[in-house]
Amino acid sequence: MQTDIRMTPGRRSYVEEPADPQQTRNRILQATAFAFVVAYPFLDLLFGWQALLAFIPMMLMITLALGLNIVVGYAGLLDLGYAAFYAIGAYAAAFFTSPNSPLASVLPGSPFAWMQDFWVSMVMAVLVAGCAGAILGAPTLRLRGDYLALVTLGFGEIVPRLVKNLEPWTKGVKGMSPIGRPYLFGCQFGVDPCEILGMKLKLGMIPYYYLTLIVGAISIFAIIRLRNSRLGRAWAAIRDDETAAQGMGINPVTTKLWAFSLGASFSGATGAIFGAYLQTISPDQFEYSTSVIVLCMVILGGTGNIWGVMLGGLLIQSFDRIFAERLTGWVHKAGALTGDPTITAAFNSFDLLKSRLLVFGLCLVLIMNLRPQGILPNRKRRETALTDLPEDDVAPDEAVMIAGATVPTEKPR
Amino acid sequence: MLTFEYFLQQLVTGLANGMLITLVAIGYTLVYGIVEMINFAHGDVFMLGAFSSVTTLQALGAQAVKRVANKDQPPIPETYLWLVVALITSMVFCATLNVLIERLAYRRLRRGSRMAPLISAIGVSFILQNVGIYWKGVSPINFPRYIPQIDLVKAFGIDSFVRVTTKDVFVFVVTVPLVIALTLFIQRTKLGKAMRATAQDRDAAQLMGIDINRTIALTFLLGGALAGAAGLVSGLYNNTAGFQMGFSYGLNSFTAAVLGGIGNLNGAMLGGVFIGILGAMSDGYLDARWTPVVIFGTLNLVLIIRPSGILGQDLAERA
Repeated sequence: MQTDIRMTPGRRSYVEEPADPQQTRNRILQATAFAFVVAYPFLDLLFGWQALLAFIPMMLMITLALGLNIVVGYAGLLDLGYAAFYAIGAYAAAFFTSPNSPLASVLPGSPFAWMQDFWVSMVMAVLVAGCAGAILGAPTLRLRGDYLALVTLGFGEIVPRLVKNLEPWTKGVKGMSPIGRPYLFGCQFGVDPCEILGMKLKLGMIPYYYLTLIVGAISIFAIIRLRNSRLGRAWAAIRDDETAAQGMGINPVTTKLWAFSLGASFSGATGAIFGAYLQTISPDQFEYSTSVIVLCMVILGGTGNIWGVMLGGLLIQSFDRIFAERLTGWVHKAGALTGDPTITAAFNSFDLLKSRLLVFGLCLVLIMNLRPQGILPNRKRRETALTDLPEDDVAPDEAVMIAGATVPTEKPR
Repeated sequence: MLTFEYFLQQLVTGLANGMLITLVAIGYTLVYGIVEMINFAHGDVFMLGAFSSVTTLQALGAQAVKRVANKDQPPIPETYLWLVVALITSMVFCATLNVLIERLAYRRLRRGSRMAPLISAIGVSFILQNVGIYWKGVSPINFPRYIPQIDLVKAFGIDSFVRVTTKDVFVFVVTVPLVIALTLFIQRTKLGKAMRATAQDRDAAQLMGIDINRTIALTFLLGGALAGAAGLVSGLYNNTAGFQMGFSYGLNSFTAAVLGGIGNLNGAMLGGVFIGILGAMSDGYLDARWTPVVIFGTLNLVLIIRPSGILGQDLAERA
């Protein structure tokens, strides 16, 4: 356990530190990335990349990963059913806004008609998902880490099945559709043409892009503030040494509960936007594999480091939504170029989309075995729940010698 | 009377399924007992066991499959020999696979936190599922109908609604001896003693001269072999196999292991039979689509109310 005085860097340091060249470089990098992301829809139009529709769910998934990072990275709790909260958020928003929901026959004309508004429903989705996190967390957070992982896994399996089975309310496997759209200045997102101040504009999906961007940016800001807050430091303390943290007066259960609930609430907002963007939600979008993909994003980039998680998310999502398809296409084209029918057939049988599970699985195994701290490790997080380095390098013989025993050992392997 | 017979029927199905779940659950419980890790990939090893036995059976007698397809026809004698061959191949295949997985994906993580091997195991499970997809495709495959479905209750001249078929008996004929053999191995042999010692205190066992790596590999070997046997038997019992069966069977078995008290061999048997019967009752009285909800609900309730399981208190004698 190393002692780092600068638990909250920057914000409240009493000594002016000289500008760190590394920090300046990071700032420049961040500013460039930010400018690129803001200008992206126009660049996309200009160069004809046609990846805007892939970018919106990509950014939503990254926001989701940032929320999971609170639970896994900051508080050190393994959550294998994160997609359940995502589902709860999406269905909560759909319940309020969809004309097919059971509430649609009750709300209009009642004093609660204002709840059918998309923005209200998004806030409700955040609250409902946060409450769901607290309700699941309250009885289970006392459990040991691997048991908690299983409880969340069980929860993540139950929620989509309940959605499937409770057909009268959720429309079962068919899913809920349509879902209320967000709007601004009297203009509905994704509906063309759209009239703002007398001008008729064809915006396509661009408003959704900026909505996700803004929600993502707010999430990043909120998460940084949370991390540096008293609560964030309590999370770090509990993650590093629960007994010691408890000794310092931190209540582990309430602290973990906050992590669970706040993490879940981020997925609520994401779920609401996701539903509105796709205009339909069905239970198979929220299954176990979704939870694992999000977990994969967190672990690949660097558990507990916001920029790492974003990088991991970008890598996995761009593979999943853009490159897997395009690479497969390129390989097929390369096969066709050779002209030889057997080679063409062999190349055509290559399909990276079929190997998604393989890629994610390999990613998890390799990261855990080779670089458990992820691509961009968290500086302050050397000795933690997820990133412990293996210390198994001591051979059994050696171990016996260290212990000073003279018991003959069997030859290892 | 009819409702009671319906209940009995579900009980028979549940017992047979429960024995299969037990075989897989033992793999979870052995590994947990010795390295305190949830081997998430175990269910998928079981799935590949089913796939490998289908391949063996088809290679041995593709023609004979057609001949025994009719359930009223008596089985041909060679089929029994083929079944034994398929059983052994599947057990060897899964045991090797499980040992390899331990060596490549878990061993380095043993000294770290609990989470690292768990995440690695999730990764392995995804990889194995993809291997399954490449091997037999996405849609479920039909298993050859080697085991005739003759109603024994009728054969004994009792007229009843309840059917106890040769298939149900087959499940018991294979699983019960395996479970007994494993129990004897762990309780009577020197290697079994080494396993129990390692489960109790790994460092102390090492100081006593037990090769930890080999003992842990042996644990994975035994678990894998049982999963391989379960793969064949479940395929012959249900006549179907698919790449996703590992996940659902795995979770059922894991629930069984936790319910009985994870790390406890008797607990795995008790839990396996209980979960098998619970699943059959839920299939029969609720609806098959509610069964996973019931099982996972049970898992969560057990974990919340009594994480040590029914027989979990004697942690000293884990393996």
